[in-house]
Amino acid sequence: MITTAPEPIATVPATPGGRAWRRFRANKVGVTAMAMVIVLAVVALVFFVFDRLGIPFPMDPDATNLERKLLPPNAINWLGTDNLGRDVLSRLLNGAYISLTVGFVAVFVSLFIGVIVGAVSGYFGKWIDNLIMRAVDALMCFPTFFLILTAVALLGPSIFNIIFVIGLVSWTGTARLVRAEFLTLRESSYVQAARALGQRGWKIIFRHILPNAAAPILVTAVLGVPEAILAEAGLSFLGFGVQPPQATWGNIIADGKTYILDAWWLILFPGLAILLAALSFYLTGDALRQAVETRSERQ
Amino acid sequence: MSKPLLQVRDLCIEFVLEDRTIEAVKGATFELAAGETLAIVGESGSGKSVTALALTRLLPVPPAEIKRGEILFDGKNVLTMDASQLRKLRGGRIAYIFQEPSTSLNPVYTVRSQIAEAVRLHRPDVTDVDAEVVRWLDAVGIVDPAKRMHDYPHQLSGGMQQRVMIAMALACQPDILVADEPTTALDVTIQAQIMELLASLKERFGMAVILITHNFGIVSGFASRVLVMYRGKIVEQGTTTEVLRAPKHAYTRALIDCIPQLGSTDKRLKTIDHAALDAA
Repeated sequence: MITTAPEPIATVPATPGGRAWRRFRANKVGVTAMAMVIVLAVVALVFFVFDRLGIPFPMDPDATNLERKLLPPNAINWLGTDNLGRDVLSRLLNGAYISLTVGFVAVFVSLFIGVIVGAVSGYFGKWIDNLIMRAVDALMCFPTFFLILTAVALLGPSIFNIIFVIGLVSWTGTARLVRAEFLTLRESSYVQAARALGQRGWKIIFRHILPNAAAPILVTAVLGVPEAILAEAGLSFLGFGVQPPQATWGNIIADGKTYILDAWWLILFPGLAILLAALSFYLTGDALRQAVETRSERQ
Repeated sequence: MSKPLLQVRDLCIEFVLEDRTIEAVKGATFELAAGETLAIVGESGSGKSVTALALTRLLPVPPAEIKRGEILFDGKNVLTMDASQLRKLRGGRIAYIFQEPSTSLNPVYTVRSQIAEAVRLHRPDVTDVDAEVVRWLDAVGIVDPAKRMHDYPHQLSGGMQQRVMIAMALACQPDILVADEPTTALDVTIQAQIMELLASLKERFGMAVILITHNFGIVSGFASRVLVMYRGKIVEQGTTTEVLRAPKHAYTRALIDCIPQLGSTDKRLKTIDHAALDAA
């Protein structure tokens, strides 16, 4: 007699988010990248706290020592010293929070504007959509980096100005994406059903449409972080970023460029830090996209 | 006889497109009494769904435009209602069930939260919303409603999804339930179950039902009156028995002939010869 043992049923999480998370966990690159993002965030936070408490660990990032200037990596200064004898490792760790804060907060600002503008444009359509999208087109005509540069030059280079300027010029892509999602979703049967139920317009937007567009929005948000980090590094490099003596990855490179032929460590390590941070976010975002883009479940 | 619940007079609806204007409904006039069951029958594009959506002004404007006519619900003109009156009318007085249950439920919310939304919207005085959700799920024949209400739509079968849609519509306690091809997306055995369910719920709660369908087969046991639409016009209306036994209009006859008969010796299914109808 053949007995068929009951097939072990894999427990598939019921929520759409739960299933996406399960697919994400299966992606090794994504998990590694996300772990790196978390490590970076923890490092940035820890050294930010050290800085505020005045704990010079591993060394005071701003302490100059002209007797020990431009030293290559050695036992005391693991990543060498700069032209004023400051410890490069300490400066890198100390500057990490600037990059990440700018990355996260600027994305939050741009998401906030982009989602609202895109939702209004896509849901109401007609002339409102036309007006908003033409404005977006006009804004997109400007090369973003130079727009940021000009705005920061006019407003003055503080970390808040940098965050808001980056956020204020980078929402256009999000707005277009959200608009496109809304154009599709507002025609869906469940939106029609919500309207037939007598639901209010803004409730339909936020309760019925937005959660269904959450996945692509999350992906662009994560992919927006490295853009903002790179923009900040670029600004700092050009001297329009957070002002010295505060170390940032961009201004360490800027300071080091004069000695590029003699002191490779001044360029290489901050460059690697920027690369690592940007790459971690890009790879996380990419893995997230793969995890949420199984369209079959949202039909 | 008391005043009818719903009166539609000379309703004309046009769709204004870039290059042309399409008359979707050409002067529809009909009435619906409280608790009555009316079937609107016609083929795709005959204007039956457009008419149904127009009852609560759900048509997208533009391209749709109500050119002429009057829709009176409970004596009040729907066409002159403001946004807040319309929201109370939709769902609260006239509720809809649509053709495709699998896409009519929002995939990111549980059944419970979707029915609860309907209850909160139209019956703010209900305090125990969960009990109300269970009650309606039970009424539409969902087994173990207290447990199933935590399911997401994709965890339910098509038939169960349609039952949930019906529960959602009924939870608002409407005066009229508009069922727009409620069984088209379901397979035949489930179709019969859903139609039986609708009939029994109608009996139990006493709301009027407007059934929109292209299938004369499901009309006979269900509706007391039939309205036949063809190319935007109401070509015939009367009691179901009258219309089925002695159809006056050629199109109605053709439509009835299209119902496949068991044991028929015909090799081909009957179709409608539009050219001949137009010539007639």
